[in-house]
Amino acid sequence: MSHTFDSDVRGVVLDARVTFAADEFCRLCGIRRSMLVEMVDEGVVEPVHDAPEWHFDGVSVTRAQRALRLVEDLGVNWPGAALAIDLLERLERQSRRRLEPAA
Amino acid sequence: MEFKDYYKTLGVARDASGDEIKRAYRRLARKYHPDVSKEADAEARFKEVREAYEVLKDEEKRSAYDRFGKDWKAGREFRPPPGFDREFSFSGGDFGGQRNEGFSRFFETLFGEGSPFGGEFEDSAFRGRDVSVRISISLEDAYRGATRQLTIEPSSRGGRRRTLNVRIPKGVTAGQRIRLEDQGTAGGDLYLEVQFEPHDTFAVEGRDIHVVLPVTPYEAALGRTVKAPTLGGPVDLKIPIGSSSGKRLRLKGRGLPGSPPGDQYVELKIVLPRQVDAAARALYEKLEKTQPYDPRRTVTRSRARDAG
Repeated sequence: MSHTFDSDVRGVVLDARVTFAADEFCRLCGIRRSMLVEMVDEGVVEPVHDAPEWHFDGVSVTRAQRALRLVEDLGVNWPGAALAIDLLERLERQSRRRLEPAA
Repeated sequence: MEFKDYYKTLGVARDASGDEIKRAYRRLARKYHPDVSKEADAEARFKEVREAYEVLKDEEKRSAYDRFGKDWKAGREFRPPPGFDREFSFSGGDFGGQRNEGFSRFFETLFGEGSPFGGEFEDSAFRGRDVSVRISISLEDAYRGATRQLTIEPSSRGGRRRTLNVRIPKGVTAGQRIRLEDQGTAGGDLYLEVQFEPHDTFAVEGRDIHVVLPVTPYEAALGRTVKAPTLGGPVDLKIPIGSSSGKRLRLKGRGLPGSPPGDQYVELKIVLPRQVDAAARALYEKLEKTQPYDPRRTVTRSRARDAG
């Protein structure tokens, strides 16, 4: 039986201002700690510098999730995924560098 | 439901080896992967390719599939065994679910949960329940913040149709993602990927807003104060005396909110009326005689140098 309900939800913008502790980061990405260590070692994601414990910003969440998809779907390794993501990010920055008016 | 010809999807023969199937999949996956591809229908194509590979890479599933024989053609009506209906569909944004979410009913019938193959194809290291939805918002929404209604409609037995009023925080920029915890399917998260709708007046670059502002020759020459549009409403803009067309003025902090907020850049564009009547003509002629100057000095000089 279906029913309808409304709810107000407020999200978190995954930018450089929001940070996640390593455990929370792993939960978001559905990975184990050992895999996070691999990702850091291979340069897929970088911990935020000014924290004693590992913390990662919101941009890293997107990078990690993207890397997981590329590794699983395309069979690339972590360095390959990191390279692909760097290049894709550059392309995306260029393509939305400036959105001109419609008129 | 339609029969899916997985061999055709991957472009391989029915007797293709495992290696051939893998090569075909890799090639198509690179072409259509939503993270990589610029093709318009990449998402849908990739799902088809992934679904086909999910079956053909696995010997057991492939032989189960092969039992339907080569007489089945893609698109033909296929009658499923009873007892499933778990496809989710979304409205209010482009559906961009991941992993096995969004595979065809054909796949779900034969290989999904509840089938003899249920639950064994999902890599346990990956969560399959996050959902991504692309949303387009106006620059005004990004400036002020907004609420968007998203409807999530599972067609399953016991499924709930959910309407979410999602708050879009002000200052969000194109390409950013918003995470809505636990709003995906079955405990996963919902991710909104923000993009901007083109605006009638403004261009946007990161948090900075750009506008071309038409002004009269006398406003530019005399340095008048004019109204300039900003996302927060019109503001008074003092034009520097003797401004030329193309001059850019910065309105600090008038771009999209943030820390720091973006700026707005106003590019002046001197516009003349199409008709120059006798009175205007007389005034321009007077300027021509009393204020002679050569705005092309630099361009004519460089041409002379090239010629020499």
